[in-house]
Amino acid sequence: MSAAVRPKLELLRPELVESIVEEALAVLDSQGMFIENEEALGLFAEAGMKVDRPVRRVFITPALVRKCLASTPSTITLYDRRGERAYTVGGDEVHFDPGSAAVRILDYRDQVERAALTDDVVNFIRVTDGLDHLHFQSTGLVSGDVPDMVADSYRLYLALLFSGKPVVTGTFKTAGFRPMCDMLTAVRGSAEALRAKPLAIFDACPSPPLKWSNLTTQSLIDCARAGIPSELISMGMTGATSPVTLVGTLVQHAAENLAGLVICQLARPAAPVIFGGSPSSFDMRTGTTPMGAIETMMIDMGYAQIAKSLRLPTHAYMSLSDAKVNDAQSGLETGLGAVLAGLAGINVVSGPGMLNFESCQSLEKLVIDNETCGMVYRLLAGITPRETPAALPLLEAVMRGGEFLTMPHTRQWFRKEHVYPKIADRDTYDAWVASGRKTMNDRAHDEVERLLGSRPPDAPPAAAAAELLRIMKAEAARYGLDRLPPVKGLDA
Amino acid sequence: MSSPEIFESMRTAVIEGRTADAERLARQAVAQGINPNEALERGFIPGIRRVGELWEQGEYFLPELVTSAECMKAALAVLKPELDRARQESVLRGKVVIGTVEGDIHDIGKNLVAAMFAANGFEVFDLGADVKLQAFIDKARAVQADFVCLSALLTTTMLNQRRFMGLVREQNLAGSFKTLVGGAPVTRKWAEDIGAQGYAENAMAAVRLALSLFPQAKERS
Repeated sequence: MSAAVRPKLELLRPELVESIVEEALAVLDSQGMFIENEEALGLFAEAGMKVDRPVRRVFITPALVRKCLASTPSTITLYDRRGERAYTVGGDEVHFDPGSAAVRILDYRDQVERAALTDDVVNFIRVTDGLDHLHFQSTGLVSGDVPDMVADSYRLYLALLFSGKPVVTGTFKTAGFRPMCDMLTAVRGSAEALRAKPLAIFDACPSPPLKWSNLTTQSLIDCARAGIPSELISMGMTGATSPVTLVGTLVQHAAENLAGLVICQLARPAAPVIFGGSPSSFDMRTGTTPMGAIETMMIDMGYAQIAKSLRLPTHAYMSLSDAKVNDAQSGLETGLGAVLAGLAGINVVSGPGMLNFESCQSLEKLVIDNETCGMVYRLLAGITPRETPAALPLLEAVMRGGEFLTMPHTRQWFRKEHVYPKIADRDTYDAWVASGRKTMNDRAHDEVERLLGSRPPDAPPAAAAAELLRIMKAEAARYGLDRLPPVKGLDA
Repeated sequence: MSSPEIFESMRTAVIEGRTADAERLARQAVAQGINPNEALERGFIPGIRRVGELWEQGEYFLPELVTSAECMKAALAVLKPELDRARQESVLRGKVVIGTVEGDIHDIGKNLVAAMFAANGFEVFDLGADVKLQAFIDKARAVQADFVCLSALLTTTMLNQRRFMGLVREQNLAGSFKTLVGGAPVTRKWAEDIGAQGYAENAMAAVRLALSLFPQAKERS
């Protein structure tokens, strides 16, 4: 039997992709990039680029960008904490992970946002760990009960303690890299083992237009040297920090990300890099950055197509919502984004769980979105011809008085051809009333409780856990924190 | 151009966001010996007030609001020195010194707040992004500012807002201006904790806050 067509959607003509890349190269050559980091400026100077030191502006030639593109791997393989399950980040593979770095959680009980604490972060990690369609963990919630200076390493510490999935994370300060890298190394056993089997992706965001800050540039350099994949998160806001046209924003996006890619390759050739982003259609009424705007999603699909033309792995912030609670808007925006990200073949899709412009996480939404992601995977598997003829013998049998429902053929194929939701309501009206008129949010909460109640945390081997604790305690002590907040189920 | 005509041109230049025209008309008014305060009161301010109405009605969007604010800025750059020369007090509302705190290069939110202040008839001194804390104080003292507005987008640079309040106390300037703070990670509670006089979550709220803290600005409008 022939395989299914992989459903795919491209928004740009090939000539437009080419002209956007050409213009981005021209921008880097003529306007350059503001780079705040001394070490990176040194790397550019060594590579023969014109560096305007006093204003920290670097002019990057098309030749250097092309050379760096040639040395960047087109696929990355991430491994889970055990080092067993491999995830290809490249081609048209799609992996969902929760949207990253929210500081608040939507409390189910009173449906208001509040600061996230250690217990919330642990619950968030454990729920994500239990959801099959979220392939990666993310440090998607930042704990408010530790000082800001350790917030970056603390969230990774908890993620590695409570989940076996690969992690999407990042630093909040330049000194944050060392302890976080040490934690990953502790899990893998050695720096070489971590390089051979990457466990985490680090996000690094340029500041639009055309700037890379000291912190994010340092993260690129440090990750390149440790073999940790960097996810480049350019985030122009149309008409506010990038051109108002979608194509104009795509040019700027490409220029910023390519500059980041060059920094990685100069730090270490063949360093793994993911061409990602979090651009948005800037709302000209409210001054906000709606991630659920259709134009935001179109820009994401556009730059993913550009990245694919350059044979690079891709990432986007999609399948998230600007709604404040799990309402119709949140389902609409998340569902649209997840489907479009899948059709665009974006490799790392960060978004599930997120509300309110990337600032709030909801455990219930994680559960709901997981189901959406499952539907997307089903869509991407396409329509597969299972046998020829497909219907004739079955219809013959029915005409003789047979029933579809009892046919061995039905039993053979129904689970392969269809996915059945856990959370979506497919009851009759009466059955729905009888089971308490629950909304999707209520049913998702029941599932959250079930996951947290019935599923023991996925813990690392005791030696690795002890080493993680040692690193975290030393890091906390460095910033004046004598004791870590108590964690349920851990005696620290 | 007769006076009524030039005032009408000023009004429409602001409404339509034609900055070069606004500046040209301001110069023309000076050349014709029109009182700068009259040019403001009969020309430019009615224009920006209309822009405010169009905004409130949902007709105008940010690009229109901001370019109209730019018109006000261009006209003021011409008229303000004339007022000073004539030792006349401006009909404008209060003075606002604004910027993004040091270590932070994000300035879009700050720009919107600055534009909204300008659009509402405040005199705005925008120091840009990554501004040294002492520079805010120096400017505020030099222009006798009514408000100092500090923006911060990062949880790390937000701490500079607290440091600024410390500097204000050290230099005994607590009563000389009001400090307003804003930015993505900033909350009302944070503003209270550090002793700032106000917090606003967006540009419109910032102006409302300033007006509520500064009743004389309302009277003058």
